[in-house]
Amino acid sequence: MTATAYEPALSAIERDPEGFLVDPAQWNREVAVEIARENGIDEFTPAHWQVVEFMRNRYLETGAAPSIRSLGKESGVPIKELYKLFPKGPAKLAAKIGGIPKPRGCI
Amino acid sequence: MVELLHEVEREEEVERKPIEKVCIVVSKGSLEGIYPALIMANGARMEGMEADLFFTFFGLDAIRKDRQDGIKVATVGNPGMHLPTLVGIIPGMSWLATKMMGRQMEKLDIPPIGEFLELIHDSGGGIYACHATVEMFGLTEKDFIPQLDGILTVGEFYERSAGAEIIFT
Repeated sequence: MTATAYEPALSAIERDPEGFLVDPAQWNREVAVEIARENGIDEFTPAHWQVVEFMRNRYLETGAAPSIRSLGKESGVPIKELYKLFPKGPAKLAAKIGGIPKPRGCI
Repeated sequence: MVELLHEVEREEEVERKPIEKVCIVVSKGSLEGIYPALIMANGARMEGMEADLFFTFFGLDAIRKDRQDGIKVATVGNPGMHLPTLVGIIPGMSWLATKMMGRQMEKLDIPPIGEFLELIHDSGGGIYACHATVEMFGLTEKDFIPQLDGILTVGEFYERSAGAEIIFT
């Protein structure tokens, strides 16, 4: 284990029963890749990062995760591509990997 | 008694299986008849489920090029509007109610019907028209939005819906 106090390992981070981080501040890029792997994404590409970072930044700026509509329009990754990157649901999965709470919106 | 107890235990053991696919039948052509179906189909895709939309009867308006932009809230025969029927019949009431609702939906980031169908289509959701209604209304594939995946008979619809939850709206 090489984790420092600033970058806790995934096992040391508190998560809810669905696997979302309880405290977004505990997130780091290593745990992101680890959560992705847990959810069946073995190869984490720059496009994955682009989506996850957009989700996370939007949440940190506004206090809410973006809708799938704005994710498709504003993240730079179109809807079709989003579902290829995250087949089990782009918004939910990108939020989980980005260490932010589960999106609450219906869209 | 003992047997009954066993029955109860067995029931508790049954694990609730998650829904894997939904097929939503849209039969109404009003705004309030169409939107819930679109939200449910998109929501299913967002949860990683398969989703198909099957438009029949007046629901076809949602995917008709010439009708899609004219879809309105029903201000008559709709007690949920809390509007006296005689007010509901005034010309422009339906237009006004639709405008107001549209503004509210835009605020919530709910797209207009055309864009919403595009979103569902790009998400991998299927968009189908009912063969019987298409014939009844004298329509052809050219009358529909390009996102249409096909015109299905009821038999083909059931075939596609194998293993799915069918929701009728």
